[in-house]
Amino acid sequence: MDNTKSLYQEVILDHNRKPRNYGTLEHPSHHAVGHNPLCGDHLDLSLQVENDQINYIAFHGESCAICKASASMMTTAVKGKTRATAETLIEEFRQMAMGKLDLNHPHQLGRLTVFSGIRDLPTRVKCAILPWHTLHAALNALTSISTEADNDPIQSPSGNT
Amino acid sequence: MANNNVTTALKSCDDFDVESIRKDFPILNIKVGDKPLTYLDNAASSQMPQQVIDRWIHYQTAQHANINRAVHYLSEIATDAYEDARRKVQQFVNAREDREIIFTSGTTDSINLVMHGYGRQFIQADDEIILTTLEHHSNIVPWQMLAKEKGAVIRVVPVNDHGELDIDAYEKLFNERTKFVGLIHVSNALGTINPIKRMINYAHQQDIPVLIDGAQAAPHMAINVQDLDCDFYTFSAHKLCGPTGIGMLYGKSALLEAMQPFKGGGDMITSVTFEKTTYADIPHKFEAGTPPIAGAIGFGAAIDYLNMIGLDRIAAYESKLLDYATERFLDIKGAKILGTAAHKTAVLSFVLDGIHPHDIGTILNHDGIAIRTGHHCAQPVMQRFNVPATSRASFAFYNNESEVETLIKGIKAVQKVFL
Repeated sequence: MDNTKSLYQEVILDHNRKPRNYGTLEHPSHHAVGHNPLCGDHLDLSLQVENDQINYIAFHGESCAICKASASMMTTAVKGKTRATAETLIEEFRQMAMGKLDLNHPHQLGRLTVFSGIRDLPTRVKCAILPWHTLHAALNALTSISTEADNDPIQSPSGNT
Repeated sequence: MANNNVTTALKSCDDFDVESIRKDFPILNIKVGDKPLTYLDNAASSQMPQQVIDRWIHYQTAQHANINRAVHYLSEIATDAYEDARRKVQQFVNAREDREIIFTSGTTDSINLVMHGYGRQFIQADDEIILTTLEHHSNIVPWQMLAKEKGAVIRVVPVNDHGELDIDAYEKLFNERTKFVGLIHVSNALGTINPIKRMINYAHQQDIPVLIDGAQAAPHMAINVQDLDCDFYTFSAHKLCGPTGIGMLYGKSALLEAMQPFKGGGDMITSVTFEKTTYADIPHKFEAGTPPIAGAIGFGAAIDYLNMIGLDRIAAYESKLLDYATERFLDIKGAKILGTAAHKTAVLSFVLDGIHPHDIGTILNHDGIAIRTGHHCAQPVMQRFNVPATSRASFAFYNNESEVETLIKGIKAVQKVFL
């Protein structure tokens, strides 16, 4: 229960209220759309990558607070970084959300660890991970991803009635 | 206090002692963290009273064996108890004969049975099936599978802004290609009670059979299949205080007899050789394999329990509880109720300005409040109202005013988090 409270802490609420890098890029080099059909979360992500460096990144869409804050914080974390660093962050964030990352060991997540409590809310893990899946798709030239796709690492059936 | 009148009205249900009823449900005493449970997700699944739990335990401790097979003591007792449960279901919906009641694993299974048993046999290319915008996915997907296999067409009845079916549009959908109608009795997403008797009557004027998905109706009102004159009616036990994994399908005997079996196997035959199998009579033709015997007996016990309280009294109490909750909702700024039909069960589907339902659900859970958030397996309803999801509080006869207050307080606390 305490994790519910700590999850909706000020930094996440702030990014939900005032998402950073919100909007679109005019001439993106990479683009992908992420979709979570179970809750209707929808995320459009554009990047401008030059010489393996992410110079600009922007997102927009409709989603819950967890997803929007995760997307906002993700854009600030990867902007100006190399693709390789972004891929490392994607992997570390996924592992953390699924409770498989030991946060006592060295990692590069920094303030993104505010999302660590999501591991105790299995139904909300997909909300936090969606932006990171979408970033991975954009960087690897996949135009759209869905949390219900076959390669979804956290497969779970949809609810009932 | 604007809600004085409603409170008085609720109190005037004075022969309905909700506090004493609550004592029958042990699960209502649990805590979620340090908060008492406020269970408002009854449309997804209701809770089980001690009487049903006791019946289940008695079966497992003193009566269990496989049915319809052996001549020994336990098998006879188990078979009697299973068939006794069938008669309880028959009386519960006022079917003519007990053989018109088929035990299934639930509403979804029942609809699939009708799709395979009736649809695949009697629906052909270019035939039309009428469904409504309010259908649960369980009464959409099987028919889509059939439509794809046969080249049949699905026609959909629209709803108005209150979440009520457009009956004129429904009647205009009929033509010489119409072969089947599937209707949800009560919308799981909005609570709308549809005028199914009138709709069945219209379909019958054109000789079209009608299946009613009663999953959200049977727990809240008395069902009379002979009065409705529906051809099929189905619901699940776990939404009316019974166990999961068991449900019923009512079908008119002539239709059931004309249908092909859905599943093949033991218990559904009279004789088998490698050349030819003769199927058993209904209802056994549709009950292949060992059924959920304990589930069926628990289903019967749940019906006994509901009968003891009385469906009419349950409907009256829940209606007043809905009025109370609807009026208390006016207190919440920025809240909008979806589904404002004139005839509704005690379901409040709502959206809050600027707050996603999943955030609402997660934060309410912190206060021990269980509601459903999402599309409620009714995505066409969500599309109709142009929302990705809603939050849904669904009440049962064991919920009370103080739980409504806990919900209102909880929602206001959610709004504070997002201020």
